[in-house]
Amino acid sequence: MGPLIGESSIPRFPRGARLQHNAQREQWIVQAPERVFIPDEIALAVLQRVDGATSIAAIVDALARDYAAPREVIRDDVLELLRDLVGKGVIAV
Amino acid sequence: MSLMPPPLAILAELTHRCPLRCPYCSNPVALARSGDELGTQEWVDLLRQAAALGVLQVHLSGGEPTARKDLEAIVAAARELGIYTNLITSAVLLDQARVEALAAAGLDHVQISFQDSEEHSADRIGGYAGGHEKKRAVAAFVRGAGLPLTVNLVVHRQNLDRLPSMIEMAVALDARRIEVAHVQYYGWGLANRAALVPTRAQVAAADAVVAEARARLEGRIVIDYVVPDYYARRPKPCMGGWARQFLTVTPSGKVLPCHAADSIAGLIFESIRERPLAEIWESSEAFRRFRGTDWMPEPCRSCDRREIDWGGCRCQAFALLGDAAATDPACALSPHHEAVAALAAAESETGVDAFVYRSFANVVEAAGRAVRPGLAPRGAAARPGPG
Repeated sequence: MGPLIGESSIPRFPRGARLQHNAQREQWIVQAPERVFIPDEIALAVLQRVDGATSIAAIVDALARDYAAPREVIRDDVLELLRDLVGKGVIAV
Repeated sequence: MSLMPPPLAILAELTHRCPLRCPYCSNPVALARSGDELGTQEWVDLLRQAAALGVLQVHLSGGEPTARKDLEAIVAAARELGIYTNLITSAVLLDQARVEALAAAGLDHVQISFQDSEEHSADRIGGYAGGHEKKRAVAAFVRGAGLPLTVNLVVHRQNLDRLPSMIEMAVALDARRIEVAHVQYYGWGLANRAALVPTRAQVAAADAVVAEARARLEGRIVIDYVVPDYYARRPKPCMGGWARQFLTVTPSGKVLPCHAADSIAGLIFESIRERPLAEIWESSEAFRRFRGTDWMPEPCRSCDRREIDWGGCRCQAFALLGDAAATDPACALSPHHEAVAALAAAESETGVDAFVYRSFANVVEAAGRAVRPGLAPRGAAARPGPG
């Protein structure tokens, strides 16, 4: 069973996981225990808004505004991404 | 701009000293003495070169890395450079204060090895009385300090039947990640293969245990599984390809494409004491020897998995066939595959359970054993010497 997260959840990077920019590679990367993830553009836009204070609802609102996209589409994408990352231990809620 | 993509990660073997004596240790059978070890500044300088190259993670290992008093300084230097720090430890030298000091230095993650779930067996396998209880206590200190924990479970014939309880132990220790790793047969593991190699039935049972645990723990705990490829159909994509993503630095500063590469006779590995890391990565002969696909023989060369498996493992080809440029005999397409599987199956039934423990004193005996089992002709040309 996947983790229970919804729009009111507040995502954060737990200790041992973080988003960082690597100058040599000119790339954003997610560092995790014995893993490195390279986020695509959409995932990066989501993860850059993960600060341990902003709810998923607020992240979805901001992305729907910035990308002028339907809110429910963005919401489903964001929840799917974050559920996957919670399962990988990269995000906590 | 360099032509080679930079390595993702470095395995930093800070020392070969270790209070444990595991008979499958991945260190070479010829261990480096502490007098040859790189000093603090040499490690910090290496990390600076690694960061400049684009390395993202450093795995601080050994031997037992906490045997070094300057571990906190090395961790802090890595973090300052933006490198993710992973401590790979037996834990038996740690106490709560040291764990907290390492956390304060910026340590990102800790991996603790457990030899078994049953105390007597665990202490026998590790060759260290009282080790198991110590590890359990330190795992709690790690979680108490807020650090994520991986429990590493090296499995083989003498503990595989307890894999379910080993996984439950890791869950109870609040691990975020579990690594179930079948012994790989290099160095000490090769010397002890007859005592360690699992039966086919044990491997099948372990596969099922891992699949069940993964499904049950999904979303809570990540389980990585390193398979025993003597019985597999396809070889492991060792290191993601020779000199493609990883490098190892030995206690004395030698730079290797993987921690076992020194076992391959005829390759010369350079030292960071003599040449910059970027130059070694890009152009040293040993790194270029098996990089990419140009070196491959058939059937690898025309195989549609050549950039998935990367020909398997060079060290294993050398250990079993005496030829590092051969197709890894773990691959079913190797003409030697059936013989390797048969050798493993036969050794798994011998009932030999005594170990040659890892130690400086046992180096000679292990080296003798390490060159014995295999498939290659016994001639001096085909067989590696121990040094």
